[in-house]
Amino acid sequence: MIIDLQKFIATERRHWAELESVLDKFEEDPGFKPGLEQLKHFHYLYERTSADLAKIATFASEPETRRYLEALIARAYGEILETREKPHRLVPLHWLFNTFPQTFRRHIRAFWLSVAITIVGSLFGGAAIAFDPGAKSVIMPFEHLQGDPRERVAREEKAANDRLDSVKGTFSAFLMTQNTKVSILTLALGMTWGVGTIIMLFYNGVILGAVVVDYMQAGETGFLVGWLLPHGSFEIPAILIAGQAGLMLGGALVGWGRRVSLGTRLRQISPDLVTLIFGVAVLLVWAGFVEAFLSQYHEPVIPYWVKISFGAVELCLLALFLFRSGRQSRSADTPNPQGN
Amino acid sequence: MRSSKTNTLLVKTPEGIAFSLLLAGPVTRFLAWAVDLACIGVLCSVAGTLLGFLGLINFDFARAIIALAYFVIQIGYGIVMEWFWRGQTIGKRLLRLRVMDAHGLRLQFSQIAIRNLLRFVDMLPSFYLAGGIACLVSRRAQRIGDLAANTIVVRNPKIGEPDLDQLLSGKFNSLREHPHLAARLHQRVSPGEARVALQALLRRDELDARARVELFEEIAGHFRTLVEFPPEAVEGITDEQYVRNVADILFRPQQVDRKEKAQAAVA
Repeated sequence: MIIDLQKFIATERRHWAELESVLDKFEEDPGFKPGLEQLKHFHYLYERTSADLAKIATFASEPETRRYLEALIARAYGEILETREKPHRLVPLHWLFNTFPQTFRRHIRAFWLSVAITIVGSLFGGAAIAFDPGAKSVIMPFEHLQGDPRERVAREEKAANDRLDSVKGTFSAFLMTQNTKVSILTLALGMTWGVGTIIMLFYNGVILGAVVVDYMQAGETGFLVGWLLPHGSFEIPAILIAGQAGLMLGGALVGWGRRVSLGTRLRQISPDLVTLIFGVAVLLVWAGFVEAFLSQYHEPVIPYWVKISFGAVELCLLALFLFRSGRQSRSADTPNPQGN
Repeated sequence: MRSSKTNTLLVKTPEGIAFSLLLAGPVTRFLAWAVDLACIGVLCSVAGTLLGFLGLINFDFARAIIALAYFVIQIGYGIVMEWFWRGQTIGKRLLRLRVMDAHGLRLQFSQIAIRNLLRFVDMLPSFYLAGGIACLVSRRAQRIGDLAANTIVVRNPKIGEPDLDQLLSGKFNSLREHPHLAARLHQRVSPGEARVALQALLRRDELDARARVELFEEIAGHFRTLVEFPPEAVEGITDEQYVRNVADILFRPQQVDRKEKAQAAVA
């Protein structure tokens, strides 16, 4: 049997047009919630168009109509078969004070793993500098860290001119963008089954440990804490959270002990990865601002105890925020059995 | 769901309906990316010029805002465009590409964000080498970002609408003079055979002259074995005309009905 195309199209076209208009409504307005009758009608249109596609594919040969129906069915299929919740309208404050910390806590094991890797890296970097000071030129990536800490402290404390005068904003923007890029890379390297993320975290730890031991050995612990803590109290946790996200991604790829497909595992964690990396970006904006406008100023411009106190308060507030904010809903913090 | 060697992803719905999606290859995607790169360049240039006026207030502030704007444009261009244009950027739109969920489901914001953020890995070590290799190796032509986000990039080539009226009607069809044979032809020809005839007619201008003659000779020969029309009906018509008359009968059966009804009325 070969169907009469013209008659067939003339009869069915209005149903296709109706389905298309319903789909347009679904796609244009994410908040669109149809009633039961509307849903039933939508389902009817979908099934009718599916049957038309089957007829066209079996009894006729008209590629344009077939492609059109395939495209229509593909769109309707996505709406009908989708079981994930539709995205809500973004409420920035609710996202920041609820969604982000809740997501952080839901995957807390990956965070502690990220912390552990960084600590191991720090111990390695610290030991390397302690036992082989010559390794400094290899370990330290920045030129200003490779010199003698005592000389640097003396130079910075005696500086008569503000070396960041007129460039504080630019420096701040550079720090924000650079650190965000590094964080995104740390997350993205999770696609190497987490190996790349582990290397990034370890290397960050190595640099941190090396700098800390170098300044402590030189007797400049006060300068070091006053220099690092104000911005480091946000910057270091931000990198750790990026590492947490990268490890989640790696964990989903490896999929130990999870009886779901790779696609499903990745699908489960992707909204959380996005939440975490956007949260990291917010933290890094603040860290970049503090580093340019506060961290780079030392005694006698700003007493170290002021900087250390400021950094300590920041750290406490951040810990409170990450571990307590948005705790009204206990279920939101419950670890996902399929997640990390 | 499976993808064949012809870069097509076939999705089967629970209703038993199958629809296919043409997967975009690395070259087309690279071209789309090049267009997008140019768009990003233009956007950055415009933003730099406009925000440069902030320098009248404070030069440092202006430079900081411009640096942040460049960063946001570079990272956000793909995310924003693909979210608001349902899987398309300017480059993808020009090359008729679209990002879709790998299972044909609704594209989520998190998927778009992940596939765009993971460009950082796709770009390694340089010139999208990692992403390009992944795209070539992957069964569904996915780069690393697509694998993580469960997305695919499909191609929607523009297909010219077949002008059936121009092709089939308006010409005398000698085969219709024998409605009982036309009805028999309609009964004996399978949809697959009818498809071959129609496609040959639709693409006839793309063929070399010799190939065109040989193809229609073969198709006409096949249809002649199914139903034999009297010599006066086929006399003086070329093989191509014969195939066109056959397709006319197959795809416009109502005209056969009308003819039969008219003859019945006269009788």
